[in-house]
Amino acid sequence: MTLLYTYDPVLFSRWLTSLTLGFHIIFATIGVGVPLYIGLAEWIGIRKNDFHYILLARRWSRGYVITVAVGVVTGTAIGLQLSLLWPSFMQVAGQSIALPLFMETFAFFFEAIFLGIYLYTWDRFKNRKTHLLLLIPVVIGSGASAIFITIVNSFMNYPVGFTYENNMITDVNPIQAMMSPAVPTKISHVLTTAYLTCGLVLAAIAAFAYARGQRETYHRKALKFTMICSFVFMVATVIIGDLSGKYLAVYQPEKLAATEWHFETSTHAPLILGGVLQEDNTVKYGLEIPYGLSILAFSNPSAEVVGLDQFPEEHWAPLWVHYIFDMKMGLVAMMVLITLLFMIELIRKKGNIYRGWLLALVVAAAPIAMLTIEHGWIFSEVGRQPWVVRGIMTTTEGATRSEHVDTMLLMFFLLYTVLAISSIRVLTRMFKRNKVADELALYEK
Amino acid sequence: MNFELLGITVLWTFLFGYLIVGSIDFGAGFFMYYSTISGTRHIIHNMIERYLSPVWEVTNVFLVFFFVGIIGFFPDIGYYLGTALLIPGSIAIVLLAIRGSYYAFTFYGKANNRLYNLLYGATGLLIPASLSTVLTISEGGYIQVNDNGKVIFLAKELFTSQYSWSVVVLALVSVLYISAMFLSYYAFKASDKAAYRVVRNYALIWSLPTLLASLFVFFSIYNHNREHFNNLLEIWWVFLLSILCFLIAIYLLYSNQRLGWSFVFVILQFAFAFYGYGAGHLPYVLYPYVSIYDNFTNPNMALALVVAFILGLALLVPSLYLLLKLFLFNSDYVKGKHGYEPR
Repeated sequence: MTLLYTYDPVLFSRWLTSLTLGFHIIFATIGVGVPLYIGLAEWIGIRKNDFHYILLARRWSRGYVITVAVGVVTGTAIGLQLSLLWPSFMQVAGQSIALPLFMETFAFFFEAIFLGIYLYTWDRFKNRKTHLLLLIPVVIGSGASAIFITIVNSFMNYPVGFTYENNMITDVNPIQAMMSPAVPTKISHVLTTAYLTCGLVLAAIAAFAYARGQRETYHRKALKFTMICSFVFMVATVIIGDLSGKYLAVYQPEKLAATEWHFETSTHAPLILGGVLQEDNTVKYGLEIPYGLSILAFSNPSAEVVGLDQFPEEHWAPLWVHYIFDMKMGLVAMMVLITLLFMIELIRKKGNIYRGWLLALVVAAAPIAMLTIEHGWIFSEVGRQPWVVRGIMTTTEGATRSEHVDTMLLMFFLLYTVLAISSIRVLTRMFKRNKVADELALYEK
Repeated sequence: MNFELLGITVLWTFLFGYLIVGSIDFGAGFFMYYSTISGTRHIIHNMIERYLSPVWEVTNVFLVFFFVGIIGFFPDIGYYLGTALLIPGSIAIVLLAIRGSYYAFTFYGKANNRLYNLLYGATGLLIPASLSTVLTISEGGYIQVNDNGKVIFLAKELFTSQYSWSVVVLALVSVLYISAMFLSYYAFKASDKAAYRVVRNYALIWSLPTLLASLFVFFSIYNHNREHFNNLLEIWWVFLLSILCFLIAIYLLYSNQRLGWSFVFVILQFAFAFYGYGAGHLPYVLYPYVSIYDNFTNPNMALALVVAFILGLALLVPSLYLLLKLFLFNSDYVKGKHGYEPR
């Protein structure tokens, strides 16, 4: 391991950025998804005049604040780190994609204002709908900031909207730069997976409480409601995930080729599941599905799929993205299975959604969903290496040449560890102290 | 007004916004901690939390807004400052992160513990100090660019310079002053006499050092960057207005009347000083490497940013107004007739 002894700012910058983003997306995902569930629960509660749902919204929003706080501070961290660690990249970004970055802060601002108002006005208005309306800007704001920041990421994957001559970016069209072909699939994928993940996280909480013996109607309603939503978003995620693969085949074939270890351009391309890559780029122990890749890429078993042979080797992404992608798909398969089993038990005449094994699976689905988010982003980001802006600037050119990135890496590692431990402790304590039964008793009075 | 000037004015305004709301927040944190030691916590604690809770998130956005905006309008600034500020910038992030999250942990999570209080109070002073170094560096003399175009941060020069320390002192005392002046207004509005007495004292105590520190910075610029100093002299009347506003604000507080106006004059006092300082700094953003004319973004992006900014404001101003109306200017809320804990 020479890595630890040689100082390489590029490597350390990459690690530090991955660390911050990897930590931030957990909270960002919750930040985007949970307001939707809070809003839906409060809406159902008001419409049906059912205080169980109102209480759900209240308890969720209470925990949500803690995650928002960590999301805000880590989001601020990544925002500043972009300039500190990738100064040359930010010069290019400032010229070309400052607009969506700027709009993201507006969305964030909008969300922050209304979240503050929402949290402190539960008992303020005579008409309960007024309070619910305050949540709409929060849902829109958090969704919009996800959209704008994904637009920035899409540009890095497939830059458009400028002329590139003599290593210079000219004739920038800020609006067009926001319309990378990567945008539609990326945005829809980010949003649906965030809603899916949050549904599963909230379902896991309900299932856990139920399994531990808290069998109030409240928990039953929470479990059913979140799992039905999760199922819907699961279906959407699978459809959009397939479209994302088709996008890659057309616009970023080198990413798809590296992912699937597709070395030679060919028609009737097979799909490789699992396997181990040998020194000479042959695959051992892999499960080969005939025509699989052609179908995945173009829905046509005889379609031609571009292979890595079309690209110089120094522009190949690290081939281990295949493992990441397969792991991700494995996790997705588990989620599909769990949500499907739950729906079958729910619909089946003699079904029982409170079976021990099913509850255990639902609890497991939450960490699986978070892991999938992490794997998905690692796959997406490593898959476009060696570029930071594809075809324009390599990661090495974009990184800082500053000293002490290694020390900063250590410092942030400590910070995130402390934040993770504290937020888990605070959240568990918060809900241990406020028992559902006690709060229900308050309402029933 | 050309785009360049418009761009920097917009950014400067957001930085000013952050200066005010951030100061209130940071100072309040410190006072809260100080009151724990001095035994007056129970008197001012509720009043401060009642103000901070709905707005703490918004405070952060002003800062994010500023630095995203400056990269957009002046992409080169990211290159110079980004490289130079790795350490101070990262430390500021860590402090902000500790402060923001522990505020939420303590307040919403009810995890009241000594260490958290200390962290909250200490970061309230350390963050303004670390952020103020950015302003210091923008004055020039602390960054060197070698022949390969590599940016080198002269940390030793920064830490041994009289100018940089005078800015740090000014940042600290004005944070405490602004915060205490605001809290006085808030306590007065809440008719909370006990709390008012405490924070009014804080405000009076920190008023004189603020004035002295400002004058001291003024003369330190003379030693550090003569060009800037001469620019400042040309608009001397702006700074005189600033001092005048200061006197009015203190007079109103001292005579316990029109506390709302008193705080308006505090804002004006800092507005005159801050915009005057900024105007003198032009055309440089980072002296002498980045100027608003040579390092401006391409015109298409500038136009897009300005349009986005106007549309954004159309959305933000009414929302901010609603926030203020519901919490700051709502006397029932201020006086504690509405619950302020998320239930």
